[in-house]
Amino acid sequence: MKWLILRRTSQMMILGFFLLGPLAGIWWISGSLSGSLTLKILPLTDPVVFLQTIFAGHRPAATALTGAVFVIIFYWLVGGRVFCSWVCPVNIIADCAAWLREKIGIRGVLFFSNSSRYWLLAMVCGLALAFQSAVWEMINPVTIFSRGIIFGLSGAVVVGASLFFFDLLFGKRGWCQICPTGAFYSLLGYLSPLKMIASGREQCDQCLSCYKVCPEPQVLHDPLKVKESSPVIRSGQCTNCGRCIDVCPQAVFKFGNRFSK
Amino acid sequence: MKLSRRKFIKANAVAATALAAGISLPEAAALAQEEDQNIRWDKAPCRFCGTGCSVLVGTKDGRVVATQGDPDAPVNRGLNCIKGYFLSKIMYGKDRLKTPLLRKKNGKYDKEGDFTPVSWDEALDTMAVKFKEALKKKGPTSVGMFGSGQWTVFEGYTASKLMKAGLRTNNLDPNARHCMASAVAGFMRTFGSDEPMGCYDDLEYADGFVLWGSNMAEMHPILWSRLTDRRLTASHVKVAVLSTFENRNFELADLGIIFKPQTDLVILNYIANYIIENKAVNTDFVGKHVRFKKGNTDIGYGLRPEDEREKKAVNASKAGGSVDITFDEYKKFVAEYTLDKAHEMTGVSKEQLVDLAKMYADPKRKIVSYWTMGFNQHSRGTWANNLVYNIHLLTGKISEPGNGPFSLTGQPSACGTAREVGTFAHRLPADLVVMNEAHRDFAEQVWKLPKGTIVGKPGYHAVLQNRMLKDGKLNAYWVMCNNNVQAAPNLNEETLPGYRNPENFIVVSDPYPTVTAMAADLILPTAMWVEKEGAYGNAERRSQFWRQQVDAPGEAKTDIWQMMEFSKRFKVEEVWPAELIAQKPEYRGKTLYDILYANGQVNKYPTQKIVDGAGNEYKNTEMAHFGFYVHKGLYEEYRIFGLKGPKKGHELGNFDDYHKSRGLRWPVIDGKETLWRYREGYDPHVAKGSEVQFYGNKDNKAHIFALPYEPPAESPDIEYNLWLCTGRVLEHWHSGSMTQRVPELYRAVPHAVLFMHPDDAQERGLRRGMAVKIASRRGEVTASVETRGRNKMPRGMVFLPWFDARRLANKLILDATCPISKETDFKKCAVKVERA
Amino acid sequence: MSGVSEQAKTIKERSRRQFLADGAKAACGAALLGVAAGFGASQAGASPQVFVRPPGAGLDRDFLASCLRCGQCVRACPHDALNMAGLFSRTATGTPYFQPRKVACEMCEDLPCVKACPSGALDPGLTDVTKARMGLAVLIDQETCLNYLGLRCGVCYRSCPQIDKALTLDAQHNKRSGKHTLFLPKVHSEHCTGCGKCERSCVLETSAIKVLPRTLAKGELGHHYRLGWEEKARKGESLVPEMLDLPDRMPEFVQPSLPEVKP
Repeated sequence: MKWLILRRTSQMMILGFFLLGPLAGIWWISGSLSGSLTLKILPLTDPVVFLQTIFAGHRPAATALTGAVFVIIFYWLVGGRVFCSWVCPVNIIADCAAWLREKIGIRGVLFFSNSSRYWLLAMVCGLALAFQSAVWEMINPVTIFSRGIIFGLSGAVVVGASLFFFDLLFGKRGWCQICPTGAFYSLLGYLSPLKMIASGREQCDQCLSCYKVCPEPQVLHDPLKVKESSPVIRSGQCTNCGRCIDVCPQAVFKFGNRFSK
Repeated sequence: MKLSRRKFIKANAVAATALAAGISLPEAAALAQEEDQNIRWDKAPCRFCGTGCSVLVGTKDGRVVATQGDPDAPVNRGLNCIKGYFLSKIMYGKDRLKTPLLRKKNGKYDKEGDFTPVSWDEALDTMAVKFKEALKKKGPTSVGMFGSGQWTVFEGYTASKLMKAGLRTNNLDPNARHCMASAVAGFMRTFGSDEPMGCYDDLEYADGFVLWGSNMAEMHPILWSRLTDRRLTASHVKVAVLSTFENRNFELADLGIIFKPQTDLVILNYIANYIIENKAVNTDFVGKHVRFKKGNTDIGYGLRPEDEREKKAVNASKAGGSVDITFDEYKKFVAEYTLDKAHEMTGVSKEQLVDLAKMYADPKRKIVSYWTMGFNQHSRGTWANNLVYNIHLLTGKISEPGNGPFSLTGQPSACGTAREVGTFAHRLPADLVVMNEAHRDFAEQVWKLPKGTIVGKPGYHAVLQNRMLKDGKLNAYWVMCNNNVQAAPNLNEETLPGYRNPENFIVVSDPYPTVTAMAADLILPTAMWVEKEGAYGNAERRSQFWRQQVDAPGEAKTDIWQMMEFSKRFKVEEVWPAELIAQKPEYRGKTLYDILYANGQVNKYPTQKIVDGAGNEYKNTEMAHFGFYVHKGLYEEYRIFGLKGPKKGHELGNFDDYHKSRGLRWPVIDGKETLWRYREGYDPHVAKGSEVQFYGNKDNKAHIFALPYEPPAESPDIEYNLWLCTGRVLEHWHSGSMTQRVPELYRAVPHAVLFMHPDDAQERGLRRGMAVKIASRRGEVTASVETRGRNKMPRGMVFLPWFDARRLANKLILDATCPISKETDFKKCAVKVERA
Repeated sequence: MSGVSEQAKTIKERSRRQFLADGAKAACGAALLGVAAGFGASQAGASPQVFVRPPGAGLDRDFLASCLRCGQCVRACPHDALNMAGLFSRTATGTPYFQPRKVACEMCEDLPCVKACPSGALDPGLTDVTKARMGLAVLIDQETCLNYLGLRCGVCYRSCPQIDKALTLDAQHNKRSGKHTLFLPKVHSEHCTGCGKCERSCVLETSAIKVLPRTLAKGELGHHYRLGWEEKARKGESLVPEMLDLPDRMPEFVQPSLPEVKP
């Protein structure tokens, strides 16, 4: 449970820092996950929103650019979709919905192709280009949800509930499978040095616990099962959530770097 | 006219739906129009300034539901300013007082107790005990009352009798002391009779207007509208505006003049000098109708006698004194006010000074001078008034259509009540004064009092009342119809200490819990405006009457009811010495009520139906309670002063005529109004062939006074390095006790802000919108800085409105007064401004 | 809906064909979603803007392209005038706006909102708040405006931080009363920042003066015409100087003058 608790703490703390300002008047961080300023010095920018403004034809200001570069470098270092599992508040909803699905036994229904999220990302950029506006941000549930929490907007409840029921009824972690923000980080993750490794795959007793909890089980197959391939889970789709470490009774998984043998 | 139940429900349902939807449906509007047919309309003057706009008050189900400007009213022709627009809301503030509140601890009155609801009997009994205690201990000078230029004529008269005759104290002064006492003193000194000679019709006749310290654009909005129209429709008309900062008048001004505070005295003397030097004196007029005098100088600042400035002043005790001089002596006196000197002292360009002087000097140009608080709230306020009369008298431009000096008033009945009824500490009705034995005799005769009842020494004026409260010499004090804690100068040092002095008992009658009410020991909930029958007199001598339209809420009572019920609690033996009563043995055992009000005159008119022209019937609370037509009785007795009194020219018309008319300008003689006083043909008191008679003075001549420039009581120095001026804004009236309770007006101007020159702000590291501390030697307030907006300040001067109860601007003001008029100078003191 | 595979089988290796089919489905789904979103965007763009943007926002089209929807400007506003558009707002969600009728822009001289903006959506080149063009005040209802009716309101005028520049009173004779003036409020787009103080302070139940987007509020003069008096004022003299003007023939000793208007 260690990693799960750590992740939840991380997610909550990040939201907490954002809420310290409006709720307690302590302005360590101002803004939202789309763009923020920490301790009045460190700017951070959501690279997907940033990308949209570029496609929309806007010449970005230095602050936003710096912020995006910081974010990209950071997530490249720690594994792209670390955002999804350690920061994004939608993850909490997805996990809850997945847990409940399991509990009451809802199966299947929708399954999205692995490539959907990349198409969607392309569409987001295409829309910005076509309409010369950050169109996706009008419906992007990820930013609407996080901003909604931070700014106390009712949209957060609506989007949160929609995501929950979508995930619950139509597909396990349905949104996360197609999310363009996740897609961007996943592309980044392909190049990340920090990776999950199935280093103890020899001890694997095929209990499938990891498959059950893994948000992107397709990334497990080769490193775990195919002797010829590297035990490093290279796929950018892996979120580095560490849930597999928590559940594996044989201690097969650990964090390592992409060049591990 | 009844609305059927079904229609009523429908109308309400539609209105409610429309309201919920936030829209006004045409259907709702149509139904509302139908509803309008059930509104009873009757006339009343506006509750606010001295302009005296007439409105029609719409009443339905015992509530004022609407108002409209009276389209036929000569003053305003159906128009209102934005305060007048909201008249129907002023009586319905959520915190309206509805029951008497007495400070109590453990069920007993206690100065340090909490306000506790009590019955009227308990309230008035407690009050009577306290007043009797004070009378017994220290005599009549230990009781007093602070009244109002917002009192109706009847109320002022009731109060005057109660205090001056009943309790035999002259410690009765109105808040008008802060407002136009200098104009009063100026008129009396120059003409021997109070109030302007002209009227508002001058606005349409004049070829030039000079505004001396009057922000007419904001403070007399409807008159400004008329002045502007004159300027617009006649291209030769010129408007000159003089002020210590750029206000809204400057928008129209052909000649906008900013002078250094206090140097208006220099400009006035310079103009007189210019007129003489350029042979523009109307020698015929001056020869026939004018006398010259030299006033005492170095007269101090009306501060406490122990103040160094007072000790130094040679003539502090003889401030109003003067000696006769010749024209040549006068000419010599003003000759030193040369253009160079005037330019140097005032900071005004020579061109502007000459242009202004030319306006007055041009014999073809008819000219009206208007002023308000810039002249009156001035440590030489009476002088400033005298000096402007000098100019009009030198040129003979006075008392005829389009020519004359005209002091505008800020309160609805500053003229009608405070001045005409004589609620000042030295006055009696119709220009009579307590110092004059013949005047006292006349008043005693009218009031059926023993000789010697009225005391010959003037009582404490407004500022002195506060000082005496603090010093424990004035112990039982009734404040009615004003908010003096917010209005008076130097709150911390001179006002609040007196109110909270354990020796004193303070009563405040008000409709709302004002700052003053909260500082009192007993609060009496009071009826306001059309919750009673009333009469106001505006700045052009127009008396306007109104009928009671609605009942006061809860236990609230009218001022007259309060005073007359209070008078019932005094046996004559408790307040008058035996030798007085001996003169009128029939008064033995009677109450003050019997002697003052049930005296066979005031109670002469029995109860009657009050009906308007359309046949609508009106209530009259006092009549129902006391069993006679109180207002008519009070009026008819008061009217005797004007008809038969020793000072001529104050004749008022018939009571019933006023109820039928849209106001009449006194003197009302032979069924005619008087528009211009002192001039043959216009004024029936002026003898045939005499052209002009200033009959207020025995020799029928007006007085030109030689008066110099003298510096203000306090000027900026190194520490307190800015001039402060306090004043008003159009949206709020005086202390804001009514207008701040109208949501729309509150939203329009929620707070008082400090107007400041941008460079002055920058120099102090301040930005627009920043909270700042404004400190004088007497206290500090915080407000936010405004470097833009309606008032454009010159360097070195700041302006702070005083309507805002959360920042009591006038506490910064020095309690320096004009030593003659005793009116405080709210327009200049020294402050510093720093970041809060 | 997005790419959906109806056969949820466990497949060890995807055939190339299957891969292509899935990909095509996903692409079509994404495209469909995109069309829907784009339609929504164009609808939102077409509907009249009901909100006013913070200083430096420029045209809404450009603003929507550049705003990160991060809300830092909203947080920076010291007067709580700025709000963040929610999901059901009539403007793009996440973008900053203010409603003058509720809280108007106080026109802070140090422009904290502009300084807080990381993306440049609020133009960092704006340093003088009087140059801000958030919108344009328009006296939208002359029938209910009290000044038009002759009353002495003028609350909007006196509340204007750019009084006598952005908002002036045009004095006209009140024909009905015969002796009063109509002080008609007039907005000057050259100076109006769109701060909304006028709309906020209007004492009517519904404000008669409102801040609108400049694109909606502003007319445009024909490019073929010049205002003669302004051209003359700019040049300081007539554009065609030294013209001949012969004196009029008049009977001797008669000085023509304009008749004086009597009340």
